[in-house]
Amino acid sequence: MMARKSWRMEIPLHFMIMPGLIFILIFAYGPMVGLVIAFQKFNIGKGLFGSEWIGLENFKYVYSLPDTMNVIRNTVYIAFMKIVAGLVAPIITALLLNELRKQLFKRTVQTLIYLPNFLSWVILSGILIEVLSPTTGILNDFMAWFGLERVFFLGNAKWFPYVMVTTDVWKEFGFSTIVYLAALTGISPALYEASVIDGANRWKQTLHITLPGMLPIIILLTTLSLGQVLNAGFDQIFNMYSPSVYETGDIIDTYVYRIGLGNGQFGVATAVGLFKSVISLFAISLSYILAYRIANYRIF
Amino acid sequence: MVEHLSIGRKAFIIVNYAFLAFLSLLCILPMINVLAISLSSKGAIEGGLVALWPVEFTTFAYEHIAKTKPFQASMWISVQRVFIGVTLNFLLTLLTAYPLSKEVSQFRFRTVYVWIFVFTMLFGGGLIPSYVVVKQLGLIDSIWALVLPVAVPIFNVVLLLNFFRSLPKELSESAFIDGAGHWPILWRIMLPLSLPAQATVTLFAIVMHWNEWFYGLIYMNSPDNYPLSSYLQTIIIQFDLSSISDVTQLQLMSKLNDRALRSAQIFLGALPVLVIYPFLQRYFMTGIVMGSVKE
Repeated sequence: MMARKSWRMEIPLHFMIMPGLIFILIFAYGPMVGLVIAFQKFNIGKGLFGSEWIGLENFKYVYSLPDTMNVIRNTVYIAFMKIVAGLVAPIITALLLNELRKQLFKRTVQTLIYLPNFLSWVILSGILIEVLSPTTGILNDFMAWFGLERVFFLGNAKWFPYVMVTTDVWKEFGFSTIVYLAALTGISPALYEASVIDGANRWKQTLHITLPGMLPIIILLTTLSLGQVLNAGFDQIFNMYSPSVYETGDIIDTYVYRIGLGNGQFGVATAVGLFKSVISLFAISLSYILAYRIANYRIF
Repeated sequence: MVEHLSIGRKAFIIVNYAFLAFLSLLCILPMINVLAISLSSKGAIEGGLVALWPVEFTTFAYEHIAKTKPFQASMWISVQRVFIGVTLNFLLTLLTAYPLSKEVSQFRFRTVYVWIFVFTMLFGGGLIPSYVVVKQLGLIDSIWALVLPVAVPIFNVVLLLNFFRSLPKELSESAFIDGAGHWPILWRIMLPLSLPAQATVTLFAIVMHWNEWFYGLIYMNSPDNYPLSSYLQTIIIQFDLSSISDVTQLQLMSKLNDRALRSAQIFLGALPVLVIYPFLQRYFMTGIVMGSVKE
């Protein structure tokens, strides 16, 4: 009798979860079934069941393309730089912000640096295309005023990856800065007071108290960002790249977009997508496991 | 306590303030430059005179855009999308987080469900398979294509789930003793309590739905169905000004500079976020801290 009663108590919970579950099954797991397209010569008219099965042909095809290795290299390089810069910039900014005494100034700075985070890459790219223009942009105007040579930031393959990393940090660093700042305020003032008695100056305090105090959250954010090793930022790069920078700026996602969607080669696009998803699965799982082991972070 | 500041320390403080002020300016100056261009005359722009302040002030670019049908239509689509999308997100997050917050003793399939949901954060079908699913469901060119696939934001569910778990158990236990089932507890106790946590998450959802542009392009065959962000993408990035050039070309060419036009589009696209941001930035900030700093 007890068993039946407790089952009945659970029925409402099952009903509650039902709508969410249905959405997930259709829109998240449904496409996973569609991954078979990676092994097909997919024709949108013939659909999943009518298209010809070609096994690993799509994968071999992509592997044989001359640009593939370069694209993967670009992706890892840019993603890696973003992870590192995305770590260093906010930490330094948070440390500097922590030194401020005037609260109004501190809050204003936080508000302003967090702002670009909320603008989409369409808007920001529009702004950057304007500002970085070699002929009419204010940055180049400013540089010319100092006698520096004008640079076509978005059209020069040498500059492009670094422009992408810098502007990405510019957009995102406000977010992490605020997290680090919150962690900083959690460090006990007693530690600082004790160190002052021992004669430590601000720099020594930063080195021996502040940074170690931030270590848990730094490790956490770093390990979590490792899962993004193949995401070099489609939204950003797609909106600012051009054929003249493909050599250094073409990443896996933009490459797949062009050869897959642009040429209607859905099978190929899906194959690369599958490859990326599998690697990401390992990377993200690894990052969560590391975060759990090192920083005791549980998501559920 | 009066601190005796060394020269080095004083210098550092000055440089620090200056540097951080510079950093903050870097974050808004580009936007100001674009705004100035959008409000300047054609002659001034072409003469390279516009830096941070409008030269020969004119609102012609904005007047022209506000009248164009595609802009108005896509704005309306974005508004609908935010409204429907965020409402769906709110309800589904609540409905999913509550059962998952229960212990296995109270909800035996809990772990199974949690894994079903969380796995989708680790692995996905990708773009083409998702497109095929949406197509097979007949959602192409419909606003539902933008709203249904993202109806269950797993990350938010996890946040809310943890929040529910942090509430005292006595809350629901006493309700049970009084004879209430899960539904009344959800609507009368959990929903009101969840509002602060949901508020922040909802803000992020609003911004996401407003800014998202890629799926707007992919899932809509006809440009008439583009949300604002996708429409802006065609103008700002693809430089496709064909949809705005319905006024007689001569009149357009004499008064309007295409940089001013694009700048005005950019600014209008950013405006909603810029407007709500100062008022709600406190919620945005507490939100991130809530999601990441664990005790």
